[in-house]
Amino acid sequence: MRWLAQTVAISSVNVMSLGQRLGSSSVAVVGFAGVVAVFVAVLSIAEGFQRVMARGVSPDTALVLRAGSDTEMSSGLDLEHTRIIKDAPGVMRGSDGPVASAELFVIVDVPKRATGTDANVPLRGVEPAAFAVRKAVKIVEGRPFREGQNEVIAGRAAAREFAGLEVGNHLRWGDNVWEVVGLFSAGDSVYESEIWTDARVAQPAYRRTGFQSVYARLESPDAFQRFKDALTSDPRLDVEVKREDEYYEAQSQVLRTLVRTLGNVVALLMAVGATFGALNTMYSAVAARGREIATLRALGFQAGPVLVSVMAESLLLALLGGSIGGGVAYLVANGYQTATMNFQTFSQVAFQLAVTPRLLVGGVAYALAMGICGGIFPAIRAVRAPIAMGLREV
Amino acid sequence: MKYLPLLWRNLMRRKIRTTFTFLSITVAFFLFGLLMAIRTGFGVGIELAGQRRLLTVHKMSMIQPLPFRYLAQIQGTPGVRFVTHMTWFGGVYQDPKNFFANMAVDPEGILRIYPEFVVDGDDRERWVNTRTGALIGRKLAARFGWKLGDRIPIQPTFFRPKDGKPDTFEFEVVGIYRGATPDIDETQLFFHYKYLMERTGDPGTVGWYAVEVEDPARADEVAHAIDRQFANSPAETKTATEKAFMQSFANQIGDTGAILTAIAAIVFFVILLIAGNTMAQAVRERTSELGVLKTVGFTDLTVMALVLGEAVLLACSAGVVGLALVTLAVPALAKAVETFLPIFYVPGRSLALGLGLAVLLGLASGGVPAYLAQRLSIVEALRKR
Amino acid sequence: MSDALVQVSDVHKVYTRGAERVDVLKGLELEVGRGEFLALMGPSGSGKTTLLNLIGGLDKPTSGRVAVAGRDLTRASPRELAHWRARHVGFVFQFYNLLPVLTAARNIELPLLLTGLSRAERQKHVAAALELVGLADRAGHYPMQLSGGQEQRVGIARAIVNDPTLLLCDEPTGDLDRQTAGEILDLIAELNRRYEKTVIMVTHDPLAAERARRVLHMDKGMLVEAQAA
Repeated sequence: MRWLAQTVAISSVNVMSLGQRLGSSSVAVVGFAGVVAVFVAVLSIAEGFQRVMARGVSPDTALVLRAGSDTEMSSGLDLEHTRIIKDAPGVMRGSDGPVASAELFVIVDVPKRATGTDANVPLRGVEPAAFAVRKAVKIVEGRPFREGQNEVIAGRAAAREFAGLEVGNHLRWGDNVWEVVGLFSAGDSVYESEIWTDARVAQPAYRRTGFQSVYARLESPDAFQRFKDALTSDPRLDVEVKREDEYYEAQSQVLRTLVRTLGNVVALLMAVGATFGALNTMYSAVAARGREIATLRALGFQAGPVLVSVMAESLLLALLGGSIGGGVAYLVANGYQTATMNFQTFSQVAFQLAVTPRLLVGGVAYALAMGICGGIFPAIRAVRAPIAMGLREV
Repeated sequence: MKYLPLLWRNLMRRKIRTTFTFLSITVAFFLFGLLMAIRTGFGVGIELAGQRRLLTVHKMSMIQPLPFRYLAQIQGTPGVRFVTHMTWFGGVYQDPKNFFANMAVDPEGILRIYPEFVVDGDDRERWVNTRTGALIGRKLAARFGWKLGDRIPIQPTFFRPKDGKPDTFEFEVVGIYRGATPDIDETQLFFHYKYLMERTGDPGTVGWYAVEVEDPARADEVAHAIDRQFANSPAETKTATEKAFMQSFANQIGDTGAILTAIAAIVFFVILLIAGNTMAQAVRERTSELGVLKTVGFTDLTVMALVLGEAVLLACSAGVVGLALVTLAVPALAKAVETFLPIFYVPGRSLALGLGLAVLLGLASGGVPAYLAQRLSIVEALRKR
Repeated sequence: MSDALVQVSDVHKVYTRGAERVDVLKGLELEVGRGEFLALMGPSGSGKTTLLNLIGGLDKPTSGRVAVAGRDLTRASPRELAHWRARHVGFVFQFYNLLPVLTAARNIELPLLLTGLSRAERQKHVAAALELVGLADRAGHYPMQLSGGQEQRVGIARAIVNDPTLLLCDEPTGDLDRQTAGEILDLIAELNRRYEKTVIMVTHDPLAAERARRVLHMDKGMLVEAQAA
């Protein structure tokens, strides 16, 4: 208890004298804040991307691709194969037959609003059942496209990021003109970055006879294995079956790895630099208080409390800096709308940066770790300094 | 120069403090170099050798093929010196994670249109004459340990062989190219377009055309002339300089340039504060000594220059060390990131910019302390003891 | 025009500390001839150091004129004054004011950096100055490694290395024991006699003042006429 009381006594004296060392202390705080802001902001890109890829997709929807294809882009399925797939066991059945949609996935050039340069936007040709497969899809403006017409509906994220996707607008891709007749939402999922049209209109326009994928709604998540086994054991087929959520989870991996690696390396290097700055601050704080510390020691305070008090000061600065950095990152980055390339499909995905609580906690923890590194050596020096010498210091 | 010992001794006065400041500046410039390398990797700010090369792609999207017969028409367009075609194969080696670019090309055309691919005489001849041969980049060869004569199986994705043989394409490594400059992608694999046709049947299409113009100044004019020929046909084209395509690709990834610049700015701001704080401390505790210098006859300007010089010396030496370290480290790192960023190096321009920033950092961090030192009154300074 | 080296005429110096106004010098008149050894004595706050600073061109009077060798210091710019100090004046301080980061030799070399001398020439001058103050064997020592007396010898060597006409000493023995103080005063006296430096020395110490050829007393910003020693 005595020990604790001593610690509290010294620490509070330290903290109160912080004001006198404002310049140097604020440098340390800004250093911590800068590192945490960069760390949180960069990683919020990965979080946001992961979030958009995880939303609106479910384990009870299966995705069938040609064997060996890891994305819809490189896949291809003939019409008859898609029929076999739709009739497989495990697929949910509605009044119009199986709840499954054979789809076409191509990319079209649409200018990005931010830069004005062309970007690869996914154009998905779907069958009517697509809306039953993905229940999250809802028309929020205009109306659905009519079958057999050169009409498209655009995801609301796509309409936001790319130019010319307003309802009533006409788009010219190749020798065809398409009319945007509606906008749809899809539970903030990756589908909102796409443009949808009738698969049977898209096929001739893109000179395809077949499809690239089949999306099938299963009777239950547990029906997946039965469905998969049926397809992979069918000698007429050569396909790969994935759960929708796992497929998109895998798609977000490259970018996530890239951004996380990048963010961590950059933040680590910055942290090293800022820690040196904090070391300077704490060494000069200890030097400035050499006499005061020596006096306390002469009065009978033990080494432990002195050490803890210096650490406490460093940690307080770190906590302050970490919170400021996290706060700034939250204000600047959270919800920021952007789009990037999905490296697996070479097409655009619109998403919002997400500063999650987990990131903020991580950022502050990062700052505290820097605070410990920046405080420990000066703290040891403060304790080790001979009392008599400290007292003589002017 | 005669003041150098004085500057040096002053910096060494508080070794720990100077060391920490030095290290934090070193780290900052290491980071700067790294950010610049990443920026280059994302294709931001790459200056391609002029605007000699155009790419002609399908107007709808790059993934749509173009008729093979366009080759002759483009070659006939006034202002075009040479044209060749390329087709994205998208093949996979063992696992999709082993991604690298692989393309079917005209073996002579590729060498002519990309003179920056350096291929030795023997390799060149073998490549042109081997129907199932593959020309691969040096980094790709290093990544998988491929040597000349190796046979490598590549699994096609959207191309399907129609000859009844197993799906896999087997290529013999007959040539290895290096880039004439560090901004050349050395992770690609090329093979004969004819061999692709042989195995999959001739669809009469290719992926895109690469065009060399006679006069780079007239590149835009030639691009328009090419596109005009195919206007209102089922396969309209979009022709632009290779640089414009790279720029548009970089834009697709996102505003990488702005993000990296923002990070670099924050780093510099933080380091500026750290270094500035150190310099301010150094000047504060040395007030009376500065007074002595002035007494002895140093002018206010000389004293200011000494303080500034100290800051610049610190910033520049640390900056040079940081930039040197990153220049050494980046080639090692390049191996680790080559799947994502095949081009990864610190451009000379960025190093020069880094040096400039180091001087600027020194001037900025020493600025206020130097001003105070210049203003310092001798009588006041000598009284403070 | 008198042939005195230092002419101080009707000099006033006023400091304002906040609301308070302090008249440090009140119409002071002084002439110091070439080759003189003058001691200025007086209680703390009598204005001795202020006067010395004015003669050394470190500070400017509120009114009046300070001229050295016919040159009016009150009209010179800070830059001109700095150049002038570098060439004509040497300062010796009570607390030596050596730069702790430089060796004895480097400290002495400082004023020479302001000249156009080559490195070799500078080293020659430094060696000569060290020889003169009897510290030839301490050239590479840092101030921390020297005794007080040795530090002051280095201080004196720095003051004379440029061969100035005027040597201004502010309590040069104030921080030294008696015996060492005696040795330092011997050195200053020798500089005055043999090398014909004009010396103006501010001191509290009557023993130090005894070495001077003329002693003036100051009190409340005025000279109080005193007898020659």
